[in-house]
Amino acid sequence: MSTTKFETVIGLEVHVELHTNSKIFCGCSTEFGAPPNSHTCPICLGYPGVLPVLNKKAVEFAMKAAMALNCEIATESKFDRKNYFYPDSPKAYQISQFDKPIGENGWIDIEIDGHTKRIGITRLHLEEDAGKLTHVDGGYASLVDFNRVGTPLVEIVSEPDLRSPEEARLYLEKLKAIIQYCDVSDVKMEQGSLRCDANISIRPFGQKEFGTRAELKNMNSFSGVKKGLEYEEWRQADVIYSGEEVVQETRRWDESKGKTFSMRGKEESHDYRYFPDPDLVQLYIDDEWKERVRASIPELPDSRKKRYTEQFDLPSYDAEVITTSKHLADFFEESLQYTKDAKSVSNWMMGDLLGYLNANNLELSDVKVTGKGLGEMIDLIEKGTISSKIAKQVFKEMIESGKAPQTIVEEKGLVQISDEGAIKTIVEQIIEKNPQSVSDYKSGKQKAIGFLVGQVMKETKGKANPGLVNKLIKKCID
Amino acid sequence: MSISIKDVEHVAKLARLDLNEKEKNQFTKQLNAILQYAEKLNELDTDNIQPTTHVLELTNVMREDETRESLPLKKVFLNAPEEEDGQIRVPAVLE
Repeated sequence: MSTTKFETVIGLEVHVELHTNSKIFCGCSTEFGAPPNSHTCPICLGYPGVLPVLNKKAVEFAMKAAMALNCEIATESKFDRKNYFYPDSPKAYQISQFDKPIGENGWIDIEIDGHTKRIGITRLHLEEDAGKLTHVDGGYASLVDFNRVGTPLVEIVSEPDLRSPEEARLYLEKLKAIIQYCDVSDVKMEQGSLRCDANISIRPFGQKEFGTRAELKNMNSFSGVKKGLEYEEWRQADVIYSGEEVVQETRRWDESKGKTFSMRGKEESHDYRYFPDPDLVQLYIDDEWKERVRASIPELPDSRKKRYTEQFDLPSYDAEVITTSKHLADFFEESLQYTKDAKSVSNWMMGDLLGYLNANNLELSDVKVTGKGLGEMIDLIEKGTISSKIAKQVFKEMIESGKAPQTIVEEKGLVQISDEGAIKTIVEQIIEKNPQSVSDYKSGKQKAIGFLVGQVMKETKGKANPGLVNKLIKKCID
Repeated sequence: MSISIKDVEHVAKLARLDLNEKEKNQFTKQLNAILQYAEKLNELDTDNIQPTTHVLELTNVMREDETRESLPLKKVFLNAPEEEDGQIRVPAVLE
C-alpha cells in the first residue's frame, strides 16, 4: 500500500433516527413505509405562521443516548435554524442545534488489536430529518416525499481520533450497539435509521497539523464505510505523491464502482447562517430530569461483556460477539434460565444460529426461535433425550418454525431410544436374521459389528443410542 | 459594522436572489441604515443583564409523543408546483 508514509485521521458524523411515535415538532406519524406525503401537515411542510412544539420524548431519547455515550448534558439548551436551499427541506432551513447541543465531551471505548482505545465524542445534538428525493430516470425531474421531514434525529460527532478505516468501523459498531441497548432507535443502516458521513485526511507521520480533509458521503453499510475510507486514504496519498494538493471537498462513495467522486466544493455549501429559532423557547434541563433519564439506561455492552466473562466464564471473544447486539445478549441470558452450560449456549449461537442468520441475510428479530427454546434444547441433549447430531436438525427446525424443541422431537419422533429392554429386543432380532455377520465377528472380523449396528439403527430410524447398541450386540454375541 | 456591496452579493447568492446593480446599491444602503438603527441598542448599559436568545421568559414548552391526523393528500398538493405518483415534482437536482 502506498499510504505507509502517511497517518490517516478520521472523524465520523453519525445521524441516528429516534423511534418516537410522532415527529419532533408536530403530531405526524414517523411510521416507516407509509404512502409518500401521507404523513405531513402544515408544520412539517413549513407553512407560514405555524408553531412547532418540541416532542418531550425526543429530548429524553437524545439525553439518554448522550448519557450512554458519556457526554456532559447541557443545563440550558436551545434550537437554531440552519439555512440552506434544497428541495428536501420545505422550510429552506433545518431546525438543529448550533452552540448549545444536548450533550458534549463524551467518549466510547473500542477494542483494536487486543487493546482498548478511547474515542472522543465532540457533541450530540437534536435536529429534524429532511425529506426523501427520488431522481426520475432520464434526469428530467426529482420527486419529493416529505414523510421523513421532521423525524427526530441525533447527530453524533466524533473527535478526529480514529486512525484507520478499521477503527472507524469498530467505532460505528460500538456506537450502534450502545444506541440499540438504549432502545432509542432501530439503528438499521439499510433502512436509513443510522447514517454515517466521514471526514478523512492524511498527514506524514510525525506532523502535528492535520492534512486537508475530504468529507465522504453515501456510505450505506458498515463495510461500505470501511471500503470508502480505504479508497479515500489511498486516493489522497496518490494525489500527494503526484505532487498535487488534496482539495477540501465533499465526495460521494459509489459502492458499485468502488470509488469516491467529487460532489461540490466545501466553501460554497457551508454558509448556513445559523440563528436561534424564535418559534422555540429555551430548554432547561434540571438535575432531577437528568437523573430520571439516567435511571432508564440499561446495562450497556461493555459492562455486559465483562459480566459474561466473569460470571459465566465465557471466553472474551464469545462475550464480544454476543454483546454486539442487545437482541443476542438478551437471547443468551434467556437461554441460561433453562440450562447452566453457558459455553454450549454461546457455541450454538455463534455457530448454528449466526451461521443461519448470516447465510440468509436475516437478523435475530426476523426469526422465531427463542432463548428459552435453545436452553431447553441443550437441556434435552444433557439429559440424553436427543443426541447432539439430532439436535442440529432440531435447532434448524426451531429457527425456521419457532416451535419448542420438545414439540419437534415428539412430532418427528426423534427421541433417542436409551431403554435397554427395547433395544435388546431389536438387537436379538437382528442377530437372529444375520448369522453370517455374527460368525464373521466371532472369527475376528471387527468390521462385522458395524454392519449389525447399522441394521439396528436402520430398524430404529436412527434413534437408538449408538453406544448402547454397540454394547448390547457385543454382550448378546459373546 | 457596515455592509459592503460584496456582502449583499454573497447573501443574495445564498438566498437565490438575482439582483441588478441598482438593487445591489439600494439594498446595501438600506441594510446599512437598518444596522445603524440597531446600533442604538449599544448605547444601553447591559453589564448586569444576562444574555438571552429569546424575548419570552418561557422554557420547556413541550408536547407528549402523541400522533395526530395528518393533512389529506389532496390538500398537501394544493401548494405543490406539480404532482407525480403521489409525490411533489420539482426540477431535477443533481448532487
